[in-house]
Amino acid sequence: MSTAAESRATEPRPVLRVESLFATIAGQQVVEDVSFTVPATGITALLGRNGVGKTSTIKAIIGLIDRAGTVELDGVRIEKEATFKIIRSGVGYVPEDREVFSKLTVAENLRLAERDAAPRRQLVEELFPDLLARSAQMAGTLSGGQQQMVSLARALLNTNKILLVDEPTKGLAPKIVGEVAETLAEAAKTVPILLVEQNLHVVRQLAEGAVVLSGGRVVHTGPALEFLDDAGLIQRHLGVSTDAAHSGNPAEKGAAL
Amino acid sequence: MTTDTDTSSTDGTASQDRPAADGGRRHRKHDAHGAPGSAPRPGRPGITGRRLAAWAAGTAGVLLLVLLPLLNISLPGVLPGPSYTPGSLQLLAMCMLMAAAALTYHLLLGVAGLLSFGHALYFGAGVYGLAIILQNLDIPLLPAMGLTLLIVIVLAHVVGSISLRVSGIPFAMVTLAFAQAGSVIVGRNPEGKTGGDEGLTLRTDNLPDVLVGVVNTRNLYWLALAVLVAVFLIVTWVQSSRAGHAAAAVRENELRVRVLGLQPYLVKLLIFVVSAVLVCIIGMAFLLLQSGAVPRAVSSDLTVTLLVMVVLGGVGSRWGAVIGGVFYTILDQRLTTLANSEAVKSLPDVLRVPLSEPLFILGTLFILVVIFLPGGITGTAERLAQRRNRGQRSATHDARTPGDLLEDAA
Amino acid sequence: MSTLVLLLFTGLGLGALYFLVAAGLSLIYGLMGVLNFAHGAFLTLGAFTGWEIARRTGSDNWGTFLLSLVIGAAAGAAFAAFTEFVLIRRLYQRHIEQVLVTVGLSLAAVALFDGIWGTDPVYIQGPAWFKDTTEILGARIPNDRFVCIVAAVLVLLALVFFLQKTRYGMIIRAGVENRSMVTALGIDVRKAFTLVFTIGGAAAGLGGVLASHYFGYVSPMLGGSLLIFAFIVTVIGGLGSLTGAAIAAVAVAVLQQFANFYLGGTGDFVVVLALALVLLFRPTGLLGRTA
Repeated sequence: MSTAAESRATEPRPVLRVESLFATIAGQQVVEDVSFTVPATGITALLGRNGVGKTSTIKAIIGLIDRAGTVELDGVRIEKEATFKIIRSGVGYVPEDREVFSKLTVAENLRLAERDAAPRRQLVEELFPDLLARSAQMAGTLSGGQQQMVSLARALLNTNKILLVDEPTKGLAPKIVGEVAETLAEAAKTVPILLVEQNLHVVRQLAEGAVVLSGGRVVHTGPALEFLDDAGLIQRHLGVSTDAAHSGNPAEKGAAL
Repeated sequence: MTTDTDTSSTDGTASQDRPAADGGRRHRKHDAHGAPGSAPRPGRPGITGRRLAAWAAGTAGVLLLVLLPLLNISLPGVLPGPSYTPGSLQLLAMCMLMAAAALTYHLLLGVAGLLSFGHALYFGAGVYGLAIILQNLDIPLLPAMGLTLLIVIVLAHVVGSISLRVSGIPFAMVTLAFAQAGSVIVGRNPEGKTGGDEGLTLRTDNLPDVLVGVVNTRNLYWLALAVLVAVFLIVTWVQSSRAGHAAAAVRENELRVRVLGLQPYLVKLLIFVVSAVLVCIIGMAFLLLQSGAVPRAVSSDLTVTLLVMVVLGGVGSRWGAVIGGVFYTILDQRLTTLANSEAVKSLPDVLRVPLSEPLFILGTLFILVVIFLPGGITGTAERLAQRRNRGQRSATHDARTPGDLLEDAA
Repeated sequence: MSTLVLLLFTGLGLGALYFLVAAGLSLIYGLMGVLNFAHGAFLTLGAFTGWEIARRTGSDNWGTFLLSLVIGAAAGAAFAAFTEFVLIRRLYQRHIEQVLVTVGLSLAAVALFDGIWGTDPVYIQGPAWFKDTTEILGARIPNDRFVCIVAAVLVLLALVFFLQKTRYGMIIRAGVENRSMVTALGIDVRKAFTLVFTIGGAAAGLGGVLASHYFGYVSPMLGGSLLIFAFIVTVIGGLGSLTGAAIAAVAVAVLQQFANFYLGGTGDFVVVLALALVLLFRPTGLLGRTA
């Protein structure tokens, strides 16, 4: 934590600053005193075991669940705002399990997501040619990978200050995982991303910084590679063997939890 | 499996009337700015002392009620006459029966989280069932009651097992539909048995003399009091039993209960049938008190009335149900008298029309309570008491709103 | 054969009324999770308003009839918008309290109607053509049934068009599926809420005017008695599904008519039985969302 405080003085302002964030779902505490920052460039990974509070943290940031504490987006406090206002102020959200609207077509899913006056349709068409071909198809009939692309495209349509991406590779075949990773890398060139990921290969490939949660609290922050190279830390906080983190092969079984 | 935070709220403490420690956790969203972590429970001696005092007060109250017909207490504006007059005793008896009925609804809604819109079906079954049996069969009172009870147990079991296939709002709609079917059957007056719109008078041939006639209103009053006390005790017993704890746990988090190997469906069905049986007994007492069955006894209006009583009094609290029942009954009676008074009749139309309809005032009052005082009477009283006792640990507890109680039901 | 046809058309006419009420209920529940108990009051207000208009302008020609339809729908819409804006909105996300508030509103509204118009039914007259019958396949069908059917079909088409072709329709369709994701796209669903309530109220108000002609009278109890059937239709059809509501409305009403005729007046009972069967075998209704 002190690293962040010191660097705040010398580096450009982080795009997202979370301090003492608490969140509850149906009376249960799911996020407990979480604090971290997301720098204004690059991809920051949010790591941790299953059920530790990563998705809840993301949801708390955009107000989908009850929260208290401080959340600052580009210098503006948002912890009391309604979700739609937070999103409108420049947040792209790619939820866990994609959450596309299955009874709407691909085109309608995308049109619904158009927020700004000038959505970047051309960019999305270039990045996702497959979706363009499937415009009239019901989103519920798409494969998991295609739905993930819709979900990503929704976020990339608009100009955002940050993207919150939650487990985009979950349940996808290795080839698609690669495509998703590529798309994220491309997107990260212009917008910072907070990425929740269980797949450590993807994290190794993409992430610059890492924030690790355990039991609803932050237990480690620092450069991603440093964390991934530390076998002891990986075992302690993520409960996986170090082979998974080291091997460069994304098809390794140990990769995802 | 998940490794998330401690799940100790399933230890059943949620069934207490007084908000327990998990009630504090539920409201952490309000005080998360302050200290997180579970609020420590109030010390043991304090609770026992308080409960002892509550029971003592309750017993004293019951004693007073028992003696009331022998006393000459007047409450102008509330009672139509001194407390020994049949008119007042009738009203008080009705209050107590309604309070008892509200208690059975509390068991459904406050303990098990079941928003039923068809509770009147079992009340009406008690009223009409006993009336029809007495009318057509030559058997004394107790066997007739037993037979009615048996019928209602079967009825509640059948309807409950179908209705509980769904939960929350769909459950509410289905219970409403079943009750409506009952109401329609009564209205259609098959073979003249139910008396249709006019209702059925009570056939008194086989009744013990002490329960018949205006001169014995006193006895009916005491019967109503006995019913109220019995229902209160039974509801308390069920609430603090294993089934009651399980029902409360199901209400809070059905998934967790399933994981623990319990059967939410069976628990809910049990509570459903128990509350139906209790309200049937109350219905039978109602028949005796009113000397007749009326279609209103089986209408959805009655269920709505019970719901209003429970919410007005404060959802989740037995005393809330009792207070709500009494308050509503008296208020309804007073408003009806007011509506027919000369003072109101002489008002300009704009004021006269709303004031001459007690249900309009009650409905509006209900809306206001739901929006502004969701904890009902008992909840508001608690909050006021807390404000005076700022220092105590229990200040982290907040009044229970219906929404807090029934989050999963939505 | 002619009896069958008569029963069928009477059922279709009644089904049209059920649909008009159930459509709003279903959408409101599907999008907002609110069980609107006051929906019957929207209908009753529409019916009374329509009657007042007809009474003052001469109730026996098509012009006044159409006017009463429009005004009735508008009254229902206004009442619904008021309800959503003043009562429901401030209880955002508190579903049970929202239901309770609608319960309170239905109590108060019916009592108010009792006070204003009295509790006795008021008999109404429509254009003379309504009382005539048309012969179809040997059955003499009262013409007002056709009016109900045509009106309901038009409303259904209009709703489908709205849902499929407009942005707000898209928002509502998406919201019925996954409301929180819609907010997570930066859309303020609360406007959709008011819109859905208003549409539901308009349909109910329209249904109220039609119901008054179908049954031949208006009374404060009119909405309540239809509401219960609308609930049944909504559950059978599947909460949140417009087509489900349409299919279920027709099925329930026709079933009711046939049971009433062939099974000695047990129509209401049979309908509840049907509800029980649907719940036993398909709890989410015929076309309901599985959530």
